[in-house]
Amino acid sequence: MVEPFSVRDCALIAIATGQYAFTLAELRDRLEIIPPSCIYYHFWGGLLRPKFDNPEYQNDFAIWVYQGLRDKPLAERMALIDPSKYHDIEDLRGELIDILEERIDESELLPWIKASQRFYFVRSQTVVFDTRMRLDTPEMLGEHIPHMSLGSVFYHFIDARRRPPWGRDDFSHWVSGFGEDYAELAEQISQIDPYFISLVELRDELTHVFTVHVPAGGA
Amino acid sequence: MAALLEQYEQIVGTDVIDQLRQLARLLDGKRIIHINSTKAGGGVAEILHRIIPLKKELGIDTTWETITGDSDFFQCTKLMHNTLQGNRFDIPDYLLRHYEVVNRENADRLRGLLEDADVVFIHDPQPAAMIENLPARKGKWIWRCHIDVSSPYRPVWKYLRDFVRGYDASVWSLSEFAQRLPHPMYLIPPSIDPLSDKNIDLGPEELDKAYTRWDLDPERPVITQISRFDRFKDPLGVVRAYRLVKEFTPVQLILAGGGATDDPEGEEVFNEVKTSAGDDPDVHILLLPPDDNLTINALQRISDIILQKSTREGFGLTVTEALWKGKPVIGGDTGGIRLQVVNHHTGFLVNTPEGAALRIRYLLKRRERLEEMGQKAREFVRENFLITRHLREYLTLIFAVANETQDRIELL
Repeated sequence: MVEPFSVRDCALIAIATGQYAFTLAELRDRLEIIPPSCIYYHFWGGLLRPKFDNPEYQNDFAIWVYQGLRDKPLAERMALIDPSKYHDIEDLRGELIDILEERIDESELLPWIKASQRFYFVRSQTVVFDTRMRLDTPEMLGEHIPHMSLGSVFYHFIDARRRPPWGRDDFSHWVSGFGEDYAELAEQISQIDPYFISLVELRDELTHVFTVHVPAGGA
Repeated sequence: MAALLEQYEQIVGTDVIDQLRQLARLLDGKRIIHINSTKAGGGVAEILHRIIPLKKELGIDTTWETITGDSDFFQCTKLMHNTLQGNRFDIPDYLLRHYEVVNRENADRLRGLLEDADVVFIHDPQPAAMIENLPARKGKWIWRCHIDVSSPYRPVWKYLRDFVRGYDASVWSLSEFAQRLPHPMYLIPPSIDPLSDKNIDLGPEELDKAYTRWDLDPERPVITQISRFDRFKDPLGVVRAYRLVKEFTPVQLILAGGGATDDPEGEEVFNEVKTSAGDDPDVHILLLPPDDNLTINALQRISDIILQKSTREGFGLTVTEALWKGKPVIGGDTGGIRLQVVNHHTGFLVNTPEGAALRIRYLLKRRERLEEMGQKAREFVRENFLITRHLREYLTLIFAVANETQDRIELL
């Protein structure tokens, strides 16, 4: 018997760290010491704060390197880092620093070029709360998803990856508990790549997957 | 009386309102107080006029109090405001001492209320020193800074910092503004209220009335800057931009602003702008009462383009209002305007009157671009800068401050 799905919600709040960088050298130095929540915020926080359309680059580091330093090669390399592949934020930090150092090694001048604007390091706190909603079947979950807050979508699909079972979203994990009939649905959910879309688009994709792949007959 | 929330639900969607209800439920039993210096004029009062009723409708025990002060006090806080935004001059000692006395008097007057509150939001520098006089306070005290303190005149910031460092947290509109303090510095951009008189939809008759009342020609384009008459808003630069445009295309300019009770410098700047405009019948300089929101709404709506050519700006709520009305904004490349005006999408960022003139000419010529940018502007505000998002962040902040050492706060 699978436990009912507990719908939770979350709200993320940004906190200024007072740390900033003007050059690549400063960015590298600060990256070594900033808290993990700072790395998390600059990769995922963009989903929950103002931004316009789909920016060319998906994380704040790549955006600053492009806009502030006009260093397109580095911006492209940084933008390629997919944070959902890193279960441990320290591994993500390590990858970021590796890419940065590789670029710094390519030119003696690069680390000291002053950007047109500062990069401000921001961290975040996430407040998670229980909506008290319980859903017994994948069909009920599918019906509820279009009405979920974007905070709930973020919590269950993005934030879930840094909780056990590591690297997996809550929806596919829960649905997979309903046996073989629902294996395809679970697989399709886990295939959704959340990195290049807004939370509204993510909610729409989830809605579509549930509509198409919930097996006839139900749980 | 659920009417207010239902009206917002029509605009932002059920999911957004449900989330607010969930957060509010968790604050049951908490008493929250907001303190600022005026109930009329300025963006802070506008936001509080809506946030407070919304919080109440959500069942949160909230009150809003203002401090009282005389002209010397407001002279001092205006100087503080200007120097924190970068003007370099010292505030006379006698004014600073008076600032402290007025804060002490207000703390005495509100002592019972403030000492018992669970959360106290103090808005801007005017009431910031009250905290010193309330050592028996039991709740969390949060200083909300609405102004651009990215390059403050250091002696004045250091003076104010001695009071602000005693707070449990501070809130800033942008990370660029946050100064180093020994407590968490939260980042919350402000917002507008789509249901307020300043932003509510108006019918064609009301717009026609505005043309007649202000003697405007409906056949020629209108460009408008709505803001206090304040040097940081660069109204003289706007007049210059208008003149540069008029050399090429017929256009009318409106410069309209309300005074605020805590802004003694406004009249002086207003007179300078009048002189600069001379007797040009197409320049309309309007000094409006601070609560004449329907007029401001109509002026924004009959405009083709809105300007906000500030050289310093906290956030720039007039920009948000204009974007919400589907108007592209040509704004100064500073402060919160950068967060709202996305070049080529919701308007243009400019650095000079010449830059503003160029973009005005472009948009008046390329009408299809003007329309397209206006539509994008409205959706951008709907998703990011309405009061419901602002309120959610204030509620989230209360939990965050109570658990400041945790990255993840589980209220399960």
